[in-house]
Amino acid sequence: MSLRNHGPLAAAGMVLVLALTTACGAGEPAAGTAAGTAGGTAGGTAAAGTPAAGPSQPAALVVRDPWVKTAKSGMSAAYGTVQNTTGKDVVVVSATSAVSAMIELHETTTVDGKMAMRPKAGGFVIPAGGTHEFKPGGDHFMLMDVTTEVKAGDQVAFTLTLQDGGTVRFTALGKDFAGGNETYMPGMG
Amino acid sequence: MADRTGEPLSRRALLAGSALSVGGAIGGAAAVAAVAARESGGGAPAVPSSTVDYGGQMVPFHGRHQAGIATPAQAHAAFVALDLAAGVDRAALRRLMLLLSDDAARLTQGRAPLADGQPELAQVPARLTVTFGFGPRLFDVAGLVEQRPATLQQLPEFPIDRLQQRWCGGDLLLQICADDPLTVAHAQRMLVKDSRSFAAVRWVQRGFRRSRGMQDDGVTQRNVLGQLDGTGNPVPGSAVFDGAVWISTTDSGPQWLHGGTTVVLRRIRAELESWDAADTAGKEFAVGRRLTDGAPLTGRHEQDLPDFAAKNALGLPVISEFSHVARAHVTGDRQRIFRRPYNYDDPPGPDGTADTGLVFAAYQRDVGGQFLPIQRNLAEADLLNEWVTPIGSAVFAVPPGCEAGGWIGEGLLG
Repeated sequence: MSLRNHGPLAAAGMVLVLALTTACGAGEPAAGTAAGTAGGTAGGTAAAGTPAAGPSQPAALVVRDPWVKTAKSGMSAAYGTVQNTTGKDVVVVSATSAVSAMIELHETTTVDGKMAMRPKAGGFVIPAGGTHEFKPGGDHFMLMDVTTEVKAGDQVAFTLTLQDGGTVRFTALGKDFAGGNETYMPGMG
Repeated sequence: MADRTGEPLSRRALLAGSALSVGGAIGGAAAVAAVAARESGGGAPAVPSSTVDYGGQMVPFHGRHQAGIATPAQAHAAFVALDLAAGVDRAALRRLMLLLSDDAARLTQGRAPLADGQPELAQVPARLTVTFGFGPRLFDVAGLVEQRPATLQQLPEFPIDRLQQRWCGGDLLLQICADDPLTVAHAQRMLVKDSRSFAAVRWVQRGFRRSRGMQDDGVTQRNVLGQLDGTGNPVPGSAVFDGAVWISTTDSGPQWLHGGTTVVLRRIRAELESWDAADTAGKEFAVGRRLTDGAPLTGRHEQDLPDFAAKNALGLPVISEFSHVARAHVTGDRQRIFRRPYNYDDPPGPDGTADTGLVFAAYQRDVGGQFLPIQRNLAEADLLNEWVTPIGSAVFAVPPGCEAGGWIGEGLLG
């Protein structure tokens, strides 16, 4: 289940989203409840992860404060803080959204004294119990080909795919933003 | 809903440092402590430290009513009026209000909004409130004319008015108030930046009162004429206030506005040059109150009720029927308005002529039933008119508040 039906002002409580499509181990802390100060409605709903049969591979990521830079077409980027609420490392290997034909996981690095970004080989490891920040000038989800305009105030759905095959969905708020213009260096990964 | 001020944050310690206090036992505040030591010559503090963390105080954003009305007036304010751009429709308004509500919910709680270029500035909320108002034309833009309150229209121009269009009208009001001007500036920047895809800035009116901590909280403010301004206001949280300000099921207007109110914003220039030429007795006669303590000319204390029947030795009324206090007086509590004025003080002209006055904000259930009758009375024959000139005017419907997960205006635009 997704929180897409909830106003992003669940944001008021800082957590916009999260949902698990893979097993939410019975013994694991429900992701939503890990949301700290999350608004009651958002956290409560999100906590209702769907128990599923199959291998017990908890994949509880919370995406806090997700947002996406507005764009009519071309490239853009999504950001947020991903929190791993489990006791094991979780690897994010890909991301998708209906608004972009292709999304890459990017890291930002310094090449010849200039900031540049490139695909992150192997995906991003979200450490057990830790967080990983995706932000302008740093790691980010790169929308390579925006096919549906992302407008200010839009609520854009994203899905992260994890190494174990699980997925995590979140909804990012479209925001006008002047930064995040690092030079793209494809194939550097 | 009286004071919704939250508890001070734990930043107290750090702030004490920046206030040049000795408080050295602050983890991670070494740099601050060093600065304090240098500026105080390494000896006694140059300035006594405050015992109150004004910067850390917060006012809840969520609730039945929007904050910033019943909230005891903060020291600084920016009133920003926006004009909606061509092509903006109900769906766009929805996106705009969702964005701005999200910004406000975070900023008021000391958290940086998403995509904030200066997130560090969000750390001193200083009782920040952001209050949104919908101007008359917004309802046309949204295709919701039938949802516009009947009397929500620009005020007629009164004979005393000298309105300048640069201070009039507007489709969307952002009322930004905090006890710190940098907090106001940052919130304004963030909210205006997020409005740019939808609207243009029509005008900005900045206002101020005495700084927080300069006087006891709750003391009636003085305006630039030197008068106590706000005496006799309905008391926030009281039944009188609720009945005068908050629109409820007992009102005939649109249901979406229940829990909301309306605001009339008037920019009123103070004619300080001629005011200075008047003597104290003349000034007090014009207003009907004493300048020293705001007491009515028939009373001893500020809160004493004026006695309009009292006569002097000559048999004339002590309080003139043409005085400001007499002309503004209404008998029914439901007819009262709630005033939350700020001073403005722009640079004087080359010859030193003052450009100063009031950003006068009045809140009431119904502009037509409450504000207009009072304004007509004043315009008709208020002795004070000689020294005050309305130069700006705007009206807005103030939607009710929202709960976490919601946004301001959802009842109308959602």
